[in-house]
Amino acid sequence: MRSETLPAQAGARATRGHASWHALLPFAVLLILSLLLPLTGNDYWALIATRAAIYWILVAGLNLIVGYAGQLAIGYVALLTLGAYTTAVLTGGKLMAPMPVWGALAAAGAVGALFGVIVGLPALRLRTFYFAMTTLGFATIVTQIALAWQSVTGGGVGLPGPDMPAPFNSAWGFYYLCLGFAVFCTLITANVARSRYGRALIALRDAEVAAEAVGISKPGLLVKVFMLAGTLAAIAGGLFASLQTYITPDAFTFDLSLLFFISILIGGRGSILGPLLGTILLTILPEIAAPLAAWATFLYAVLLLAIVLLMPGGIAALLDWRNRKPLESGRAITPRPAALAELYGQTLQARALKVQGAALAFGGLRALDGVDLEVAPGQVHGLIGPNGSGKTTMLNVISGYYQPQAGGVLLGDSPLPGNAPTKRALHGIARTFQTPRLVGEASVLQNVMMGGTVAGRASFIEAMFCLPRQLRDEREMAQRARVALRVVGLEELADVRADRLQHSELRFMEIARALMLKPCLLLLDEPAAGLSTEEILRLGALIKAVSAQGTGVLLVEHHADLIFDICDHVTVLNLGRVLAHGTPAEIRVHQEVVSAYLGA
Amino acid sequence: MFASILASGLAVGAVYALIGITYNTMFATSRVMSFTAGQLGMLGGVFGSLFMLRWGMPLIVALPLVLIACAAVGVVTEFVAVRPVLKSLDQHLYVLSTLALALMIQQVAAIKWSTEPQPFPRLFGLGSGAFDEKFWLPVLALAVTVGGLEYLYRKTLVGHAFLAVAEDNFAARALGLPERGLRVASYALAGAIGGLAGFSGGELLLAFFANGALLNFYGFVPIALGGLGNNRGALIGGLALGLFQQAANFIVGGIFSSVAVFALFIIVLLAAPQGLFGHAGARRV
Repeated sequence: MRSETLPAQAGARATRGHASWHALLPFAVLLILSLLLPLTGNDYWALIATRAAIYWILVAGLNLIVGYAGQLAIGYVALLTLGAYTTAVLTGGKLMAPMPVWGALAAAGAVGALFGVIVGLPALRLRTFYFAMTTLGFATIVTQIALAWQSVTGGGVGLPGPDMPAPFNSAWGFYYLCLGFAVFCTLITANVARSRYGRALIALRDAEVAAEAVGISKPGLLVKVFMLAGTLAAIAGGLFASLQTYITPDAFTFDLSLLFFISILIGGRGSILGPLLGTILLTILPEIAAPLAAWATFLYAVLLLAIVLLMPGGIAALLDWRNRKPLESGRAITPRPAALAELYGQTLQARALKVQGAALAFGGLRALDGVDLEVAPGQVHGLIGPNGSGKTTMLNVISGYYQPQAGGVLLGDSPLPGNAPTKRALHGIARTFQTPRLVGEASVLQNVMMGGTVAGRASFIEAMFCLPRQLRDEREMAQRARVALRVVGLEELADVRADRLQHSELRFMEIARALMLKPCLLLLDEPAAGLSTEEILRLGALIKAVSAQGTGVLLVEHHADLIFDICDHVTVLNLGRVLAHGTPAEIRVHQEVVSAYLGA
Repeated sequence: MFASILASGLAVGAVYALIGITYNTMFATSRVMSFTAGQLGMLGGVFGSLFMLRWGMPLIVALPLVLIACAAVGVVTEFVAVRPVLKSLDQHLYVLSTLALALMIQQVAAIKWSTEPQPFPRLFGLGSGAFDEKFWLPVLALAVTVGGLEYLYRKTLVGHAFLAVAEDNFAARALGLPERGLRVASYALAGAIGGLAGFSGGELLLAFFANGALLNFYGFVPIALGGLGNNRGALIGGLALGLFQQAANFIVGGIFSSVAVFALFIIVLLAAPQGLFGHAGARRV
């Protein structure tokens, strides 16, 4: 087995190395060009390039919020304003003794982190429009305060920006400072984007329910990202104040917010290079189109509408030629259950699932009416019944999306609380969904790696700086994900965008994602729906092999053949109650089951 | 002082509530929160000033024209920024498309009208002090709008159809209701309500292009307070917000009254994410 698989892994690694070289090339070219820019000796260019670098410092952080987490932060100019005024006030010495500019920038960063979180609080619980509104409202009041708090901000007259110490007090010296910082921001945000935190952000954006099932907690993650983005935005503000030499509230119009936001949208979601190019483009554009200055907002708005309606993928989608190559047609999924041993390692702590008297009503509808259920380790337990009999509700109670109104769920001896889907992964409970929930824009491999989120050890800071523990996490997770893909028979498609897969392949991909957890309980919600007869047979063998590793499997399914082939035990639900339970042989001849569900 | 807080608080509160109802009316048939709501309020003021002061029309002609013009803007919103993105509602593209349209409206107003606040005509010349018409006109407009909507929704067939579409889009279509037509109609209605908000509040807020962004936010707060799609919540939330803002204005001064409103907004969102009169969200799994 090992000797057979090694070359395949080496091959995969080689293609990945190739891909990352390709991915780094545009950044290297941009960096060399910007390092050489001073050779032009044109101070006007220094000003534009410095501005682009400063904008990018902000956009790089904002990109994690907008491009990765999909949260529409449309008023981010407010944090730039906040950072600019904080730096200017602290170095100006109006409130207290003047601070050195580095200290003031650090203080601005801290203030930015704080307000980044405050503005982001609604995003933790509410739909994205509320967050858009909060950032917009914040932008409005920050400008009002800057105008009205004259004793500190100088009101409409403004106040001088901070002076930079040598050697950063010349145009090109300051340019190199901002460039260096921009490069630093590119690195840390790219590191976050490539880490499990970046994958989790995209998962929250495109498949929030699946993200919760693998143990990603939205509030915890978003708070970290809001702090990072707020810090970077406020530091960008401090540098911006220095570049402007004198700041007034007029310098921070809503146009800037639009520029930041549209840069990301033009660039494309889930990309670092795209938004970087977008920022550079939009910084230079007004310089070329100077006669249109008065109509700038209008043009940005037209651009925004055009992107939304015509080019939702942005530059990144245009550049993604790798995923336009046609996939081989007539692909067959050939699971290799033998590789399960490698995925599971030695020990799996076997625990039984016990549901006792679960009851849940939606209004007058009793979806579950006192259901008992027990899934023993290493067994396949079938849950069948007519549509609306409460099967999926049962899965949702077990996986914590619902809180049963009576009764409880036990895993081994520990009770599982309701309304806590993100805690289930820690208990070793994994699930798939009736309609596959996936991140279409990410590769199959990344989708599967998502399933191992709770196994990650590196903290957010370690991920930012790509420290050893982060590298080890990534290596291990990618390797495990490739094994999981081999188990379900999709390893050839590891680097393909997930939304290009066929429906049946997505079902197997979801199983691979669930297996990443080495689950002690696996919940499968109609995994055979939409599969061919051949595929259903392979699926059955795979499920048997998984349970042989000690995992308890709860299988909700309508294909009676599959149920009776592979289940050790079957429970039949009808109208929220257990109609019958027993071995497949007993159920097959059960009078009521035959008349209510199976048919004669 | 108490009288003037009450008068100005109820007046601006009524304008906020009307903008909130504008949001709700659009939301009901399309599940879209549109950034053009506040701009419609701005346009109500600008059109009013344009028609009456610049073009010298009498009130009886100007008011219907303002309402028609704003209704037309509402319909344009539906066609340009809402219909194309309805297919992918879950991606929230409507936030961007309606924002883009709102900014276009605002920028055209800034360039073609003025970037300075322009005077708004005195409509009737009634009342003075705390009973000046500029204070009670918005409240009157709010009462008329809420009463009219209640009548529409409860007593008329069209109103029932609106409610059906708002309740369950698919089922309504299956019943043969002209869902698209109703949506366009609701955007026209929303446009007229937004225009009325700006027109009735014109003497207070003047004809100023930047009112749009302000009303967008302050009109949204009542929705957050009262719950999405809940007109009674918007009514109570709007008036409460107006009183709170004006009281804060008098007590802690102009700078911090907006901070107070913003803080209130965040706290309510966190404490009661569905609003004080709203109900919990839909099933996700």
